[in-house]
Amino acid sequence: MTELPNPQPKPGWREWLLTDAPASRGQARAAAWYAGWLALRGNTLAMFGLLVLLFLILCALFAPLLASQDPFVQDLGARLLPPGSEGYIFGTDSLGRDIYSRLLYGARISLYIVALVALVAPLLGLIIGTIAGYAGGWVDVVLMRFTDIFLAFPRLILALAFVAALGAGIENAVLAISLTAWPPYARIARAETLTIRNSDYIHAIRLQGAGPVRIITRHVWPLCISSLVIRVTLDMAGIILTAAGLGFLGLGAQPPSPEWGAMVSEGRKYILDHWWVATIPGLAIFAISLAFNLLGDGLRDVLDPKESKS
Amino acid sequence: MSDTLLDVENLWVKFPTRNGIFDAVRGISFSLGRERLGIVGESGSGKSMTGRAVLKLIRKPGFVEADRMVMGGTDLLTATEKDMRAIRGRHAAMIMQDPKFSLNPVMTVEQQMVEALTTHEKVSKREARTRALEMLDAVAIREPERVLKLYPHEVSGGMGQRIMIAMMLIPDPEILIADEPTSALDVSVQLQVLEIMDKLVKDRGMGLIFISHDLNLVANFCDRVAVMYAGRIVEVCEAGKLHEAQHPYTRGLLNAVPDLEHPRERLEVLERDPAWRETPSVSAR
Amino acid sequence: MANEMNADRTGAIDIHDLHVWFGVGAARNMAVKGVNLTVDAGQSYGLVGESGSGKSTVLRAIAGLVESWDGTIAVGGETLKQRGRSKAFYKTVQMVFQDPYASLHPRHTVDRVLGETLQLHGFSDIDARIARLLDSVGLGGGFRFRYPHQLSGGQRQRVAIARALAPEPRILLLDEPTSALDVSVQAEILNLLSDLRSEMGLTYLMVSHDLGVVGHMCEQIAVMQQGEIVEELGVAEMRRLQANHPYTQHLLDSSLGAIR
Repeated sequence: MTELPNPQPKPGWREWLLTDAPASRGQARAAAWYAGWLALRGNTLAMFGLLVLLFLILCALFAPLLASQDPFVQDLGARLLPPGSEGYIFGTDSLGRDIYSRLLYGARISLYIVALVALVAPLLGLIIGTIAGYAGGWVDVVLMRFTDIFLAFPRLILALAFVAALGAGIENAVLAISLTAWPPYARIARAETLTIRNSDYIHAIRLQGAGPVRIITRHVWPLCISSLVIRVTLDMAGIILTAAGLGFLGLGAQPPSPEWGAMVSEGRKYILDHWWVATIPGLAIFAISLAFNLLGDGLRDVLDPKESKS
Repeated sequence: MSDTLLDVENLWVKFPTRNGIFDAVRGISFSLGRERLGIVGESGSGKSMTGRAVLKLIRKPGFVEADRMVMGGTDLLTATEKDMRAIRGRHAAMIMQDPKFSLNPVMTVEQQMVEALTTHEKVSKREARTRALEMLDAVAIREPERVLKLYPHEVSGGMGQRIMIAMMLIPDPEILIADEPTSALDVSVQLQVLEIMDKLVKDRGMGLIFISHDLNLVANFCDRVAVMYAGRIVEVCEAGKLHEAQHPYTRGLLNAVPDLEHPRERLEVLERDPAWRETPSVSAR
Repeated sequence: MANEMNADRTGAIDIHDLHVWFGVGAARNMAVKGVNLTVDAGQSYGLVGESGSGKSTVLRAIAGLVESWDGTIAVGGETLKQRGRSKAFYKTVQMVFQDPYASLHPRHTVDRVLGETLQLHGFSDIDARIARLLDSVGLGGGFRFRYPHQLSGGQRQRVAIARALAPEPRILLLDEPTSALDVSVQAEILNLLSDLRSEMGLTYLMVSHDLGVVGHMCEQIAVMQQGEIVEELGVAEMRRLQANHPYTQHLLDSSLGAIR
């Protein structure tokens, strides 16, 4: 609303992006992204979530610069110092390691897990779901019963089983989480595909002789991806919690790695007398989960065509 | 007019958007007596918004502004949402385009009609049922007893719209706003539904606002026609004299319709004059 | 005048004893029951009926969008298979859909819609062809990089027509191409379709519920009711309101009743 009162719009980048008549492929694409960004920017909570996430990403990137101590160095003389102690903002853990520095390095691990899972699980779900939805018939039945099998297990238990089979470690934890996380995405992608499949624009491209692979990848996927992005963002919290849960159970990142779940787990023994050892990494998990949830809600408002149609 | 049911002056409907405020309706004035007023226009002309604005059914973030908006002695501008709920139904009812979306899919026709009646009046279930049967009879439904037990998906489009009309007329409103009531119906059913609606409105001495994109239809079923373009009324005329309309937009619309009996090589194409947008609204009071 | 159903006469489209159904077993529902029709090359043929009469289903069966049918459908003398259509078929027959809001991919620009179509049909001079297609449907280059939501209903339908024209077909199947549009826009689109037909010598098979539109566009008209063709008549007879079947007469009366 503030952009209107300018009576003689200079042909600046804003007008270029907001035009209703783009003159090139690139401008059309940029304008579409810009419109989405403007809608997202209007959502205060989503912007808050995005800021928190950006902050965490920066922390992870510049961990070596920001950390006040080496996260792995033990100082048994300074063990279990409370937050605010000299040189230890968030205190130290049972081995005298600086919790603040460990949190910073732990952000790297958490974001690494999130990024890997966010790549693997939705892609798997998207492929399986759209194939099932588009092909229909027996293909649909087989693929969907297969996803039902995965859905029938509690997620953490199934992840535990995978980790137990694959061996403990971050990569295996990611793999296990991904393998348990894809079925809901397949469900969503299938449901979307079923409605898209019968729309006239799919009929139209079929009448141009397009094959199923082209239709699925070029025409169905772009429409499924927005709902998957929303769902993935909202699920991020759960994924981080599962990763933390695996870490807590000692099946994820292995000591002395500063994974947040493992840190909570280590702090458990001291929770009554030295609350900060478990609470501070717990707060970090809470912050990142909340940030993802808020961002996911905002993205839903921006991307979901049902909500944003004017 | 001595018997004015609805009087609207300088009505605006506005929607805030990213690029400023979008005016869907731009300062129109009209009044409605015990007559049939047609509002015609193309999509985006603001005709539906006008109908909704009268009942304050504009969805947020849209809002309504007017100098005056009075319905049967009630000032609609100051009316609260609670007042409006009482007004909708008892004083004015609205029929939408598609009965499929207006009827509740999980309630039988009987449940819905009885509920419509009991929310506005204190009547017994039995009396409500009798009145429902009478109304269904009045909209030419042949076996009202059987139809009462049906669910909306079990009735055809034409019958659904007749049930809607019956339901809307049960509380005996003074004004009926019909927004494209027959556009979703087949031609052969359209006429029947319109004739029923027309008869009921006439017999009860109601005021009808008939919103449609179809000039010929409106000319047939109304007394007065207001032609809307870009949120303003560009022309008001007697329905019978619609074919003598002066405004180039009205003429253009009339000529654009392919006519079976008077075939033409090419259809006339409407040349839109930007000046039409800026000409002040014609009053239909 | 009336079109004799000569089995040996080959037109652009020949349909013989076409049955189409939806659902299986007890839920099987016959949408089209024994339809015969012949559309001559260069002719504009209208299929009229109310909702549920099966008129659109006939088009969809020809286009291969419905696979549960039997009978024979021949295009240009060549009998079509039950399932699947050849590349050559799609170069001959194209379709324009009813709702221009649903027939364009919401995330694809006009450029991409037309470009992909041309690419699928193996054209090489895609850039020049897109420009020419947009010109031929009365849209300038300014519309080339727009998304569907930046176009009006009439402009979208023009894009859909351009897409159908891209492979240079001889036959267009028109499924209520103007029923979702305002009358003034309808007039523009109908004029465009008339012009394109005389320029390119196209054959039209047009489905509509609007007798006025069909009477304006078509030379030969078939009236469908509940999956069957109840009457076939020439446009002159229809304009003289000379219908033999009571249903046709009823349709004529109701659509004129709304006008008078």
